[in-house]
Amino acid sequence: MNFDYSDDQKFLKNEARKFLEARCTSAAVRKVLDNDDVSFDADLWKGVGEQGWLGAAIPEAFGGLGLGHVELCAIAEEMGRVVAPIPFASTVYFLAEAVLLAGDEAQKTDLLPKIAAGELIGCFATSEGPGVVSPASLACRVEGGKLSGVKIPVTDGDIADVAVVLASEGGKPGLFLVDLKGAGVSRETLKSLDPTRGVARLTFKDAAATRLGGAGEGFALAEQVFDRAAVLLAFEQTGGADKCLEMAKDYAMGRYAFGRVIAGYQAMKHKLADMYVKNQVARSNAYYGAWALNTNAAELPVAASAARIAASEAYWFGSKENIQTHGGMGFTWEVDCHLYYRRSRQLGLVAGAPKVWKERLVSQLERRNAA
Amino acid sequence: MDFNDSPEEAAYRDAARAWLETNAAAHKGAASASGRRPNSPEHMAMAKAWQAKKADAGYACITWPKEWGGQGGTPVQNVIFSQEEARYPIPGNPFQIGLGMCVPTVMTFADEETKKRFVGPALRGEEIWSQLFSEPSGGSDVAASRTKAERAPDGSGDWIISGQKVWTTGAQFSDFGIVITRTSPDKPKHKGLTMFWIDMKDPGVEVKPIHQMSGGSGFNEVFFTDVRVKDSQRLGAVDEGWKVSLVTLMNERLAVGGQTGAGWQQFMEAARNTPGLDGGSALQDGALREKLADWYVQAEGLKHTRNRTMTALSRGQTPGPESSIGKIISAVQMQELGNTAIEMLDQYGIIDDPELASLNGAFHFSLMFGPGLRIAGGTDEILRNIIAERVLGLPGDIRVDKDVPFKDMPTGR
Repeated sequence: MNFDYSDDQKFLKNEARKFLEARCTSAAVRKVLDNDDVSFDADLWKGVGEQGWLGAAIPEAFGGLGLGHVELCAIAEEMGRVVAPIPFASTVYFLAEAVLLAGDEAQKTDLLPKIAAGELIGCFATSEGPGVVSPASLACRVEGGKLSGVKIPVTDGDIADVAVVLASEGGKPGLFLVDLKGAGVSRETLKSLDPTRGVARLTFKDAAATRLGGAGEGFALAEQVFDRAAVLLAFEQTGGADKCLEMAKDYAMGRYAFGRVIAGYQAMKHKLADMYVKNQVARSNAYYGAWALNTNAAELPVAASAARIAASEAYWFGSKENIQTHGGMGFTWEVDCHLYYRRSRQLGLVAGAPKVWKERLVSQLERRNAA
Repeated sequence: MDFNDSPEEAAYRDAARAWLETNAAAHKGAASASGRRPNSPEHMAMAKAWQAKKADAGYACITWPKEWGGQGGTPVQNVIFSQEEARYPIPGNPFQIGLGMCVPTVMTFADEETKKRFVGPALRGEEIWSQLFSEPSGGSDVAASRTKAERAPDGSGDWIISGQKVWTTGAQFSDFGIVITRTSPDKPKHKGLTMFWIDMKDPGVEVKPIHQMSGGSGFNEVFFTDVRVKDSQRLGAVDEGWKVSLVTLMNERLAVGGQTGAGWQQFMEAARNTPGLDGGSALQDGALREKLADWYVQAEGLKHTRNRTMTALSRGQTPGPESSIGKIISAVQMQELGNTAIEMLDQYGIIDDPELASLNGAFHFSLMFGPGLRIAGGTDEILRNIIAERVLGLPGDIRVDKDVPFKDMPTGR
């Protein structure tokens, strides 16, 4: 039984922690948070690229490090701990994974080396408005290789070079690659619930679009991309949730009320114990997701759903109860609790809300049980 | 990141499988038929026969030293055997408390002669042991035990034990027990306790089954009326019983069990076959589907947490504290799932007749036994305290009783 990081993976994870704790401080995150003109931490992005982490799971033949997905999970966990204000998820979990999954040789050769080298930022555009997107509701259309329509919201759509867009072509959904710097693309930066992660509206008018994967397979492919991203996001969420527990513990151990540290009161002890329990459930489910992703197992859709549900719950609970533990201080802009609260919501929504994943999970269990 | 055995583990598993296939297959059917009456004489006889078979092959207590009938094996080998054994409908294990907690305590603290007398028969299931710790005045607070042991006035060095224990699992069929007693009420509570082993057949020992709210009687009250024990039955020094009890509790077996009662699979199956709102199946109910997803995620979380624990053992490391989350989740889920299931049945949920109710009343059992599981072996609240203090390192609760002589402690009466 080897259901944990290996020693090498732990070493990588530790290196990532040291690097990110030094380079992605609260002050660095706040430069993005407090400055409307700054959408991401370009220095950190460059540094992460130099470490090779953007290509951790990209094969060496395409310019990556050729490590496995478990290594990428380890890095993701550390990204989550420091609420890194960079388009790592959009570029690596969504764009790179979509290309690895569905790209033809030319697309892989064109895009993957650029991603690995940090020369290209990606985004994944499925949503078109409030609520869940469905094949019937899809308004973005591709005709003769030209995309028209509106995608909103698109995380990192304001800074991305390339978008993977879900659109219908001849009445059937497909995934399409679009160069966002090309003609027929306009973008508008929107106010984000988590200003350390930018969000945009993308408007396409006859923008050049190349299909990624088979015709009519758009929804199935998008779901597969979401499965893969969900596992990686679950590690970011678990890292964030662990950090929330540590912050809450540190504060409670130092804060005195009624003549003693508040960490000694059972109401606080039990709250923190509940955070711990949820974090462990999240971590264990995330590990299973990592195994399924790394081995491309048939269980991936179920494992990814469980990982996402558990991690979303743990991060939501941890980030809100961390604020509560900090009392009035936790409600101030100056204290970092809200960075995690905001990020927990951003990550909890960016690959679809937990409610959607719960339904996906149960439908899959129904099918599995019927089989 | 994988689930593979190491070559040594795989070899051990293969050997265990082969042995089980030869020896456990014969127990099929019989065990499941009597499984509904786990305290019946027939079931006990089968359990004892199976235990003796395992003892002969060295599988009864794998991690024990060879000289005491074990294999000197590793915890991970123990887990492997348990996993393989669980694939067979073998009888329930009434020896777990004795072999997991009581006998290791005896092995740590008793003299050679006593060990030679007791270890073998316990290992073979010939004699069953009880752990007599909880009392009416102290469940979570075991150190508040009031059952007293006093030196016999005749100068023999013997002890006279009087008092009452409660929630004693299996006392009705136990031969021996270890009992924690108050020997020095003038000292603070942790410093005046002494441990003894006792013969449960002694005339001064009276076992009365407790009628649980769930209807069954798995636990007992045990009354001691002037039970005379030899000083040689003492385990550890006089007034050092608290330290002895910590050894007992440390020896609690690594939990390898899964869910308790009906799980998400059974719920899903029942929901599929139950009419829901608007004439559809109850499984189409979005609220129920969300709960199903949550239970699945929790069950998987526990399963893979056990895999993480097993990984640590397999790598020769001490398992992390994550294994402490198990019962907090599973006990609450048992109660919640049971209640959601009977609510799903609507008015029909009122019927608690195994002939008529879904799954022979498994959901009703979960509903009615769940409250007990949330208390037994550490309440939800005590388990949260343990995680907070031992895992997270938060301060202990304020103890107003720590330095007070036991006899002066407030008791509310």
